[in-house]
Amino acid sequence: MSSTILLDPTILKMLGQGILTTLYMTLVSTIIAYALGLPMGVLLVVTAKEGLKPNAVIYKILDIVVNVVRSIPFLILLILVIPFTRLIVGKTYGPTATIVPLILAAAPFIARMVESSLLEVDKGVIEAAQSMGASLWTIICKVMITEARTSLIVGATIAMGTILGYSAMAGAVGGGGLGDIAIQYGYYRYQTDIMLVTVVLLILMVQIMQWAGTKIAKKLDRRLR
Amino acid sequence: MEPIIRIQDVSKTFLGRDNQVEALRGINLEIQRGDIYGIIGMSGAGKSTLVRCLNFLEKPTSGTVFIEDKDLSRLTDKELRRMRTEIAMIFQHFNLLMQRNVLDNICFPMEIVGVKRADAVKRARELLQIVGLEEKEKSYPSQLSGGQKQRVAIARALANNPKILLCDEATSALDPTTTKSILKLLQEINQLYGITIVIITHEMAVVQEICSHVAIIDSGELAEFGTVEEVFTRPQSPAAKKLVFMTDQRSSEMRGKHCVRIVFSENSSFEPVIANMVLECKAPVNILQADTEDIGGIAHGHMILQLPEDEQTAAHMIHYLKERKLSVEEVEANV
Repeated sequence: MSSTILLDPTILKMLGQGILTTLYMTLVSTIIAYALGLPMGVLLVVTAKEGLKPNAVIYKILDIVVNVVRSIPFLILLILVIPFTRLIVGKTYGPTATIVPLILAAAPFIARMVESSLLEVDKGVIEAAQSMGASLWTIICKVMITEARTSLIVGATIAMGTILGYSAMAGAVGGGGLGDIAIQYGYYRYQTDIMLVTVVLLILMVQIMQWAGTKIAKKLDRRLR
Repeated sequence: MEPIIRIQDVSKTFLGRDNQVEALRGINLEIQRGDIYGIIGMSGAGKSTLVRCLNFLEKPTSGTVFIEDKDLSRLTDKELRRMRTEIAMIFQHFNLLMQRNVLDNICFPMEIVGVKRADAVKRARELLQIVGLEEKEKSYPSQLSGGQKQRVAIARALANNPKILLCDEATSALDPTTTKSILKLLQEINQLYGITIVIITHEMAVVQEICSHVAIIDSGELAEFGTVEEVFTRPQSPAAKKLVFMTDQRSSEMRGKHCVRIVFSENSSFEPVIANMVLECKAPVNILQADTEDIGGIAHGHMILQLPEDEQTAAHMIHYLKERKLSVEEVEANV
């Protein structure tokens, strides 16, 4: 059966479109979510009790926000933020609209990833930078983030995989992309073969991403050689 | 002469969840320009906290530190950071940036003060030559041995021409041979550039090897300080005695026996003092330990003797030794 659908040009075109849409949602969401999550993660580390600039208020607020958002299931969050999505994008369905909840769900997740990566940086190296008279900003950019880059890339790869999974979930509410195709054809029309193909495609995408992420992380790590 | 570092009444208390630890109590100490000053103590004595007070990585709970008459507690954050560029520091675990190669590690402090890249690279190469690692500039720290990493750390510390170099247990992670070569390098730096060096250690051998002065820290307090020679030949405080005698593993054998420690200096080794003493007093002594230590380039022999039980003979012997200008002191059973 799958050989017949894979030969059908309209289905092929649809799947190709699906891949592009999923990639678009995943990449754009990851980039924006990372741009939000990275400073949040840095703030969590810096304002923590043992951090460079302890600030209980900022830390507590961030900590709670991150925990609250992370504990809301993505499908619920998707529906909860509909008014906000409409405000920003102007509509509530389609790939661009899906990006809004994707970012909101992923940013706190990324913040935690960044936090744990930065906490792995040797305290002694940070102390050495302080002893040289480095400013907080220099320590964040040139010591913490640079020294943790391998771990940060691994974290970003994991986050991207999660976002890709979430983007497929958004298919349930007309989010577009491969997940949408799987639900439209596999669930509503009982075309299991198309659903299987989309699942295989999603798996392949995650695999490639993971492989590339690990490769880049290893390549940039100067500790092993 | 104006001291380059003046520690004034420094106390530091760490607040725990339900207890507080007094790491330092009322420390007063002056360090002169060009000194190699050893600060020695058992682990947990507070010496690492003290050295961090010298660049305010730890702010004292009370008291303050003056560097060339500038009160560190009165500096703004920015002024303090500028001051720190003149007080370099090296560490037990080297603390190099693992993701940067040797050359870029040495350039890092220069980036902080805004030296142009080309100038920084030039200076870094000079420094690599000083520490003897010219061929390693493209290596990463993970490819270096402990001694090489510490050499890179020293080069990095010298990058901004500091006035003071703080060494926090800088040789504690190294083997004895490497320790010697690192200490020799520090000594050369002190002599060539006149940089004042403060060395934190728990090993008396390190102090004896290169320090001109020593301060002994015991449970957060300054137990004793002076020139290494003074403290080594005539330790006053129990903490100092403990550290000086630590080289001898047989202290348990001395328990309950009448033992004295004598120190030979300069010319006293020409005369066979002990043999003559035995002949004169007609009583044998037991040599429990004997060793020669090089302190500031002068050989100092020291020996621990078990004297006869007979008090009168023992007193006679002590008198005999003192007459020959040797430093003699009773070793207490509890050290």
